[in-house]
Amino acid sequence: MKTISFGQALNDGLDLAMSMDDSVFIAGEGVGVSIHVDPNMPTHGLLAKYSPVRVKDTPVSEAAIAGLAVGASCMGLRPVVEIMFFPFFTLASDMIVNHAAKLRYLSGGSSSFPLTVRVRAGVSFSAGCQHSHNLEAWATHSPGLKVVFPSTPADAKGLLLSAIFDPDPVVFIEEMGLYWMQGEVPEGDYRIRLGEAQVVRPGKDCTVVSYGSAVFTALEAAKILSEEDVSLEVLDLRSLVPLDKESLLDSVKKTGRLVILHDATKFAGFGAEIAAIVADDAFDLLKAPIKRVAAPDIPVPFSPPLEKFYKPNPEMVVKAVRSIL
Amino acid sequence: MNMKAQGIEKHIRIKMYEKMLLIRKFEEKLVELSGIDGRLPGMQILANGQEAVAVGVIEALETYDVVVSNHRSHGHLLARGADPKHLMAEIMGKATGVNKGKSGTLHMSVPEINVLMTSTVVGAGPPMSVGAAFAQQYRNEKNITVVFFGDGAAAEGSVHEAMNLAALWKLPIIFVCENNCWAGAQGLGQHCSIGDIADRGAAYGIPGEFVDGNDVEDVYYYALQIATRCRNGGGPGLIEAKTYRMRGHGEYDHQHYVDKKELEKWYALDPVKRYGKRLLNHGLMKKTEFETVERNMEKVIIEAVAFADQSPYPLPDEALEDVWAVEEGGQS
Repeated sequence: MKTISFGQALNDGLDLAMSMDDSVFIAGEGVGVSIHVDPNMPTHGLLAKYSPVRVKDTPVSEAAIAGLAVGASCMGLRPVVEIMFFPFFTLASDMIVNHAAKLRYLSGGSSSFPLTVRVRAGVSFSAGCQHSHNLEAWATHSPGLKVVFPSTPADAKGLLLSAIFDPDPVVFIEEMGLYWMQGEVPEGDYRIRLGEAQVVRPGKDCTVVSYGSAVFTALEAAKILSEEDVSLEVLDLRSLVPLDKESLLDSVKKTGRLVILHDATKFAGFGAEIAAIVADDAFDLLKAPIKRVAAPDIPVPFSPPLEKFYKPNPEMVVKAVRSIL
Repeated sequence: MNMKAQGIEKHIRIKMYEKMLLIRKFEEKLVELSGIDGRLPGMQILANGQEAVAVGVIEALETYDVVVSNHRSHGHLLARGADPKHLMAEIMGKATGVNKGKSGTLHMSVPEINVLMTSTVVGAGPPMSVGAAFAQQYRNEKNITVVFFGDGAAAEGSVHEAMNLAALWKLPIIFVCENNCWAGAQGLGQHCSIGDIADRGAAYGIPGEFVDGNDVEDVYYYALQIATRCRNGGGPGLIEAKTYRMRGHGEYDHQHYVDKKELEKWYALDPVKRYGKRLLNHGLMKKTEFETVERNMEKVIIEAVAFADQSPYPLPDEALEDVWAVEEGGQS
């Protein structure tokens, strides 16, 4: 174990994957020479170590970047490409949604597309709605894509290594606000199987299910409620596809109450799917209605107080929990 | 006779004619079957009139070169050596189809013959092909990638992104634009800002050539030259093959918007008949040999239809297979 940042943990994972397997290469806008000189950036230092043959700075061409990954993966390489901000996923989405996700099916299972699309996400920095927009529900609604959304440095590394060596296309969502967060990370080839959620705080009165940095919002809420003798269980999904339904249902079975929390907008968000699964499969275990805490259905605003208003906070989670106790 | 093509060996010429005829007969059978209710599911999008482009380009390739195709793919697949039986079965949605009935006519790929990826999203082929060509360059292979797209696709932004990246990285890729004069019901003058799409190569520093797409030897001659340059590290090439879509966009399109005189003009330039006549005039094939080839091709098509007809449909729950490399990945 060593204590490093989330960004360094991703860097560690990329470095390890490249050193273990020559078929791994990385590509994207500024993955080699970046405008940022910060060791917490996930691709920091990789150009010097692996040369421009394996670290490809690209033109500002999201369709071509994603197309590069589709074609190269079909040839047996393991591309790891980067989309600089989640809203630019829309520019790459034909290659990801119509091709990476569907070409295996269309081939009758004879072709494989072992690619990873790293998408930099999050709501922070007053970047405005064309740089901040969590679109994970777009990806989860495209059969053929795996969707991963880590919250801690250790998970970032373990899930990234699994994503890179997974035989199917993976959309790997990184929240930029987490890049500087420190945590203990196992050294060497550490992998976490995709589709395994984790109880990050056990509790008995209500489950809060979340992913990404919203997990910390849930943990804050748990701390506040513990002073009132309310015990929250916080479940970090870590991967949205495949989804660990078993851990979700186990937790609901234990607490009988469910609050779903994410930073993406509420209407038709991924939380709606979680709610539907629990309503379908565990309705009789519920002691109260399912509640969702999510962003309002508006574009991410720019002005700091407006952006702060947009992002779900611990008090909102506390309020939602209290309403069903 | 095309002077440039004088060096083409006799057996290659005959092979190219046979392949063009096979493609023509295969698609004529699809025309016939699509006219009978319930025989063929879905759309039938044919390359009738464009046989010389597929055959000329593909004949210039080596075994391990990669081909990326589009919705008008039958010619590319048959020219590359796909089995007509399994293609016909796929078109009918049968379990014995090249893609187990998951693709249908529109997105057939046959990795065994390196027709690696096919997309019906217009303009999607070029960016994926850049990835295939990148893999060839990354591994220092001598192989190249060829992507076929239409004049309609040339208007897509993805084609620009792909050409820019391919030229920037000197990738071993040939962009083959089959300019068949129509994008849906819009003629070239209505959707393309310039007359020759080959001229766009200059914008990327890619040599652009236009060839007579209804003359298989012209296509073959240029494709071979560009492929050789590409194979030896010369970077991408762009071929614009001027040809004609002799039928509608699909078999449901009866070309009400096409001037009959234009059709007549292009029918007179039919690439299959034109080439047959040339081979006859130059004494490369005798009349009786044409009859034999014709009979053989008809037999191949009859056998393909019989095979497809006798093949079972996939079982309904086979729809759930082939999404993931390892089935545990799915939601259920």
